[in-house]
Amino acid sequence: MTADDNDELEDELDLSTLTDDELVEQMRDDLYDGLGDEIVEGTEILLERGWDAEKILNDALVEGMRIVGFDFRDGILFVPEVLLAANAMKAGMAILRPLLVETGAKPIGSVVIGTVKGDIHDIGKNLVAMMLEGAGFKVVDLGINTSAEEFIDAVEKYHPEILGMSALLTTTMPYMQTVIEKMIEKDLRNNCIVLVGGAPLNEEFGIAIGADAYCRDAAVAVEKATSLLEANRMQLNNIESTPA
Amino acid sequence: MTSTVVSSASKEVVIGFDRPFVMIGERINPTGRRLLAQEMRNNDFSRVQSDAVAQVEAGAHMLDVNAGIPLADEPALLAKAVKVVQEVTDVPLSIDSSVIEALEAAVAVYEGKPLINSVTGEEEVMERVLPLVAKYNAAVVAISNDETGISEDPDVRFAVARRIVERAADHGIKTADVVVDPLVMPIGAMNTAGQQVLRLVRRLREELKVNTTCGASNVSFGIPNRHVVTGTFLAMAIGAGMTSAIMNPLHPEAKNAVLASDVLTGNDRDCAAWIAAHRNPAAARTRTARRRRQNRRNSRQSSTA
Repeated sequence: MTADDNDELEDELDLSTLTDDELVEQMRDDLYDGLGDEIVEGTEILLERGWDAEKILNDALVEGMRIVGFDFRDGILFVPEVLLAANAMKAGMAILRPLLVETGAKPIGSVVIGTVKGDIHDIGKNLVAMMLEGAGFKVVDLGINTSAEEFIDAVEKYHPEILGMSALLTTTMPYMQTVIEKMIEKDLRNNCIVLVGGAPLNEEFGIAIGADAYCRDAAVAVEKATSLLEANRMQLNNIESTPA
Repeated sequence: MTSTVVSSASKEVVIGFDRPFVMIGERINPTGRRLLAQEMRNNDFSRVQSDAVAQVEAGAHMLDVNAGIPLADEPALLAKAVKVVQEVTDVPLSIDSSVIEALEAAVAVYEGKPLINSVTGEEEVMERVLPLVAKYNAAVVAISNDETGISEDPDVRFAVARRIVERAADHGIKTADVVVDPLVMPIGAMNTAGQQVLRLVRRLREELKVNTTCGASNVSFGIPNRHVVTGTFLAMAIGAGMTSAIMNPLHPEAKNAVLASDVLTGNDRDCAAWIAAHRNPAAARTRTARRRRQNRRNSRQSSTA
């Protein structure tokens, strides 16, 4: 694209002329279209208009990524497009993150994620991590070839509400059970939701190794993470509010 | 980076290394199409126009226009065909004839910078076609045969191509404006036809640094399930470095082979063109209603496509 084309397109839509509602709607569309520069511009405009970072994150970005997730699940969007959307989200987050830290805004949940030992596949795991971040989770990514000890150390260090494990090989997927057993041994299992995923897995396998849920794709991972976390918190509240 | 820029009155198309492959629609050619030949001879160009529109809708970036009808007034027919096609589409054209008077007549009425198809390595042809190319600042397809015919030795054909490029330079024509056709023979008649082209395309790209094109459908002439063979040939040719082809974009086997090859060479950024061509239209429609960035999205797509 030449500079001239760009100018022409800039004229097509001036974000600063939109009302707040229109702008938020437009940002969701732009996120959907993976337009990082426009997300940055929209984020800055909303900040200038006095919006706080958390509201921008939730109303524009997280909601936008939610739609991306649905359409990815339904086969309307594809991997390259989800990556573009996630990168656009990242561009917006780069502006919002320092502000969120300042105001002490809490992420909706925290996740430690990694591909298990012996396995170096990480495209799917990265996609899940990005979608979770897009949904407002704080994500610690341990990368590939992660041993049970490394998972345990991370759980002890970050106290995540969710642990996610990925494996792309039939030979490495049993290692997920090793990690879960280690967690039980260390008395960490009850405080942590365990999600598993990867091409050779299925629902049955997830149940058999004692995970809380098997996630077929990145969109499902976000749904499960959100719903299980909510269920957990409700249960916790009930226990706390029950008179002894 | 070699870029061959051709244009219509309102649209530019670039054939080049490390760019999406350029599909040149082959349908407007009465050879072997008796009905079309008859209509054109009777000055009926309705099918020429509908074929033009159909091919562009199917994804053709350019169209080849040929009016080679035996015993007809080819210069008049080709000029008319070019004119009527430019009335209904804005893609640049490849003006295709072995009759030099027909090329002259058609180029004279063409709006934009055409691809003149073609010049050969024959002395007389070079000395008549190349001045025409220079006069109209056009681009030209160079076919790698000469007075001795079509050599089966790709290295001989390479030498012919080099001679044409050098002669073009003598006429003030840039190398980038010469697109070499390595000559694709039917694989059913010549077992080495595929290998010859692949070797030649590689040498043309690496040593002569020219863009290449070919009549892709020819490779599968006379064999069953031919479009699969054409598509596979296109994929292999693109792998070897070919940058455009005269082909039928209405055949999904051929078109998809090109689009998939662009994905695999990395010239279809974010797989945008591939996804656009294969997203379930019913599913996609649920969202398009609320799109206000349609132009921007289209432009992103066309900048990669």
